[in-house]
Amino acid sequence: MKRRGLILRKVQQKIFDAACLAAVTLSVALMFWIIATLFRHGFAVINWELLTEPSKPYGIPHQGIANALLGTVLITSVATLLAVPLGLAGGIYLAEYDRHSTLADLVRLSANVLMGIPSIVIGLFVYAVWVVPTGHFSGWAGSIALAIIMVPIILRTTEDMLLLVPDTMRESALALGISRWRTTLSVVCRSCRSGLVTGVLLAFARICGETAPLLFTALWSHSWPSAFFSTPVANMPVLITEYMTASPFEEQQKIGWAAATVMLAIILILNITLRTVFHRKRAL
Amino acid sequence: MTMENFKLEVRNLNFFYGRHQTLFDNCLSIRDKSVTAIIGPSGCGKSTHLRTYNRIYDLYKGQHATGEILLDGLNILSGAVDPLELRRRIGMIFQKPTPFPMSVYDNIAWPLRLHFRLAKSEISDRVQDALVRAALWDEVKEKLHASAQALSGGQQQRLCIARAIAVEPEILLMDEPTSAIDPVVTLKIEDAVRELKKHFTIVIVTHNMQQAARLSDYTAFFYQGRIVEYDRTEIIFTNPNQKQTEDYITGRFG
Repeated sequence: MKRRGLILRKVQQKIFDAACLAAVTLSVALMFWIIATLFRHGFAVINWELLTEPSKPYGIPHQGIANALLGTVLITSVATLLAVPLGLAGGIYLAEYDRHSTLADLVRLSANVLMGIPSIVIGLFVYAVWVVPTGHFSGWAGSIALAIIMVPIILRTTEDMLLLVPDTMRESALALGISRWRTTLSVVCRSCRSGLVTGVLLAFARICGETAPLLFTALWSHSWPSAFFSTPVANMPVLITEYMTASPFEEQQKIGWAAATVMLAIILILNITLRTVFHRKRAL
Repeated sequence: MTMENFKLEVRNLNFFYGRHQTLFDNCLSIRDKSVTAIIGPSGCGKSTHLRTYNRIYDLYKGQHATGEILLDGLNILSGAVDPLELRRRIGMIFQKPTPFPMSVYDNIAWPLRLHFRLAKSEISDRVQDALVRAALWDEVKEKLHASAQALSGGQQQRLCIARAIAVEPEILLMDEPTSAIDPVVTLKIEDAVRELKKHFTIVIVTHNMQQAARLSDYTAFFYQGRIVEYDRTEIIFTNPNQKQTEDYITGRFG
């Protein structure tokens, strides 16, 4: 038998290694490039006044983004409160109570389809079924739209995480005469707690920057969010869109950059903190 | 009619996974406060048989049993005993230890509290008592509030035994409880089982024939879903009636 040349094989290995390294470097570099660009444009503009004053029509001094920050916190928190129970309960149903029925398959299919629907379509849908009938834009409508985006993500990750818990765990709880729902909550869900939280975080991170659904629902306002259920509510993504695309004024564009930088910083900090907290817990 | 004291009587038990039948006409009478071993080659239905006693197969759609299993005269297959109460009265230890994601203490105290109304001091007494009887107390008394999942495999398995006996069952089912455990701890567990036998009726499925011979009073030999022979352990191991039993015991197949 004729041997293949060793040198050729070594070169092939080197090429493969280099390709992997290049791909990793490129994607990490891209992330740092994004961060750097935002901070270069936005960091200098960030000051205490910007973070504590509400936005105002162009020309009025003491411009800020505080109303949009508060609005985003409100809209995303309410969306999370709506979506988490639904998503968790749905995932529990699929993994613990009904793995193989037609209904379960239908739920899975719907969740997958829902995840693929562009968020602008979901915004339009909520506009048609909530904003138009009630006669006003509102923060609440924004929360509904974002919740619709969150539910299928939480539902599918919950199901996947629960299925990773071995059946022997369920059996040993049931074999002690513990009822089904207690087994599910205290043993199964608890076993994969960090996975469930990851699913919620993933969904939360996804909606934090969603703009399209909010354009049709929460819209935009220069005032503090005072009537969450009946008036437009300021929020960061729409502020950024408005200031960067609709405004001809450089001062507002600068605030737009600053707002984007603040959003990025918040999401980075949130991600890193939660990851370290849960990483430590898992090690315990 | 026999005057013997049977804790559990299995009559004409058949078991099905969907349409596929895996147990055929099993009949077995288990005496109170004895150790009964179930032996046989892989896939012969030992575990399936054991899993009918506490109806744990209910968890899976498509699995069902016919026949009768009488616990103190009541047919558990017909639902004469509520499943939650049935499983308190008939505890089970699995092949792989399954500590719950909570502290050593709570692993025992939590199921206990779900079944009984007890004062705090009573609970801690019972937790300690269960750990002592499972031969684990000395190793964990300093770390009762540490995570149970940080214990070694052998310790976890004894914790599962402690957890099972804390709720005061009458019968303990053990499904190859030492097959994932090292030999030293296996002996500790066997010692514990010998002590437990004074208070509980024990049925143990095992691949290890020496273990069956060491531990049990009675032995049932299963082959292809049927009970080939059931007798006192010394008879099964020294003078079996059936050729198949003898072949298996002497290692000619299996």
